[in-house]
Amino acid sequence: MSYFSDIYKGIKTLLTGMSVTGKYFLTSRKGAITQQYPDNRATLKMFDRFRGEVIMPHDEENRHRCTGCQKCEIACPNGTIEIIWDRGIDEETGKKKKKIDKFVYHLSMCTMCGLCIDVCPTDAIEWGQNFENSVYDRTALTRVLNKPGSKLMPGVED
Amino acid sequence: MIRALSITRSIHDWLYSSMSENMAYFIEMVLIAIVYLAIFAVAGLFLVLIERRVAAWFQLRIGPNRVGFQGLLQTMADALKLLSKELTGTEKADKFLYNLAPYFVIITALMALAVIPFTQDFQAFDINIGILFLIAISSIGVIGILLGGWSSNNKFALIGAMRSGVQTISYELSIGLSLLTMILITGSLQLSEIVEVQKSGWLIVQGHIPAIIAFMIYMIAGTAETNRAPFDMAEAESELGAGFHTEYSGMKFAYFFLAEFINMFIIAAIATTVFFGAWLSPFGITESIPILGVFWFLAKAMVLVFLMMWFRWTFPRLRVDQLLTLEWKYLLPLNLMNIVIMALIVWLNLTIQF
Ligand code: SF4
Ligand code: SF4
Repeated sequence: MSYFSDIYKGIKTLLTGMSVTGKYFLTSRKGAITQQYPDNRATLKMFDRFRGEVIMPHDEENRHRCTGCQKCEIACPNGTIEIIWDRGIDEETGKKKKKIDKFVYHLSMCTMCGLCIDVCPTDAIEWGQNFENSVYDRTALTRVLNKPGSKLMPGVED
Repeated sequence: MIRALSITRSIHDWLYSSMSENMAYFIEMVLIAIVYLAIFAVAGLFLVLIERRVAAWFQLRIGPNRVGFQGLLQTMADALKLLSKELTGTEKADKFLYNLAPYFVIITALMALAVIPFTQDFQAFDINIGILFLIAISSIGVIGILLGGWSSNNKFALIGAMRSGVQTISYELSIGLSLLTMILITGSLQLSEIVEVQKSGWLIVQGHIPAIIAFMIYMIAGTAETNRAPFDMAEAESELGAGFHTEYSGMKFAYFFLAEFINMFIIAAIATTVFFGAWLSPFGITESIPILGVFWFLAKAMVLVFLMMWFRWTFPRLRVDQLLTLEWKYLLPLNLMNIVIMALIVWLNLTIQF
């Protein structure tokens, strides 16, 4: 008798599947996930987990969180990051201290693996959402992530 | 034999009055062939478009909507592109058979259209063995697939063609038997007469339970006949490249593609004719305007086409052994049982008639 119950089960499961896709069909016009990209450029919002490029956020007083420890430079498998550092006098203690001069990021070599962001002890760098990176000259893809005149945020190293 | 709409009657009379009978007959047939060819080449293209939009909606996408209003000209543009492409082929292909195969497929698809009754007098060729003709013609198409797969000298194409052979030969049985079940009620193979019988209720209502079972079997086997998912092992993009038409390009590829969609329409059209009363309107609401029959026929056929698209975008592909199990262990015995039940119902006069 399992022959007929097999048929019954088969038809039932097929109909279950069809009802699922049928529901998607009916609701698709509202919930379409397609982004009609160049048209909706103004409103397009990328997903949080989207990996566009590595950026270094600065606060209003032009301060970042990078201590210049170079861990990201070592972690990067492609040599994408170059930290050009310097020694400067710390204003509070008056001692000599390492600080970054330029955080050079070669976007053209980055594979978006995320190792640098994972490894950074002070969360100085994170993922940016910009993906419109086409340029006519690849030197334009070499970026300095710390803004000119920026300083280290106080309290990051404590 | 050739019936025509009343608007074409004047052409008919003019042809017969201006030349000899045989000549007029011949020219009339050529004219009808050209009209059908033009209509269904365009209709096939629109079916492709509908399939793409429907597929997109099932997958929460939007689908082609750029070329023309809502993408209406998309497949036209695709066809033009395919026309302008180079016809490539493999070095060691059997050139004659390789070139012949697509025509086999497309011509059989178009031939089957001739007997389908679109409305009262809109049927190019009303022979008394209509259903038999349809079944016979639709199984010739597989020769084209086998030829194409074999002659292109490519192992993927060959595997695809052989699978298609296995599949079509098996499922032919189910199609034939499920239609035969309905023939028990109509008592005639002629399509116009089958429609006539349905004036007292569509056959799916007249034959109630066995008719519904027959319809389900017909739809499953019909989907398999057209080599569409979940029975698309002949093409099986993920396993065989493109299966039997891997080596075809340009317009020859387009013939295969178009034939698939026309075949889908034919399967739906046969189901409409045999189960759902062809061009008869529901409850005879527009009986006085025969031209609306075309609308009813196409509406019913499109619903069935949509059903087949629904299958395609829901179910995963079957393995060869599962495919054969489904046919030989389930569909065929059920079908034979169903015929006996139907025979009993017709014999005891248990059909529902209005
Ligand atoms: S994401 Fe990977 S490749 Fe890119 S800079 Fe960071 S570590 Fe280097
Ligand atoms: S970005 Fe982070 S890991 Fe890289 S040098 Fe600055 S603090 Fe160190």
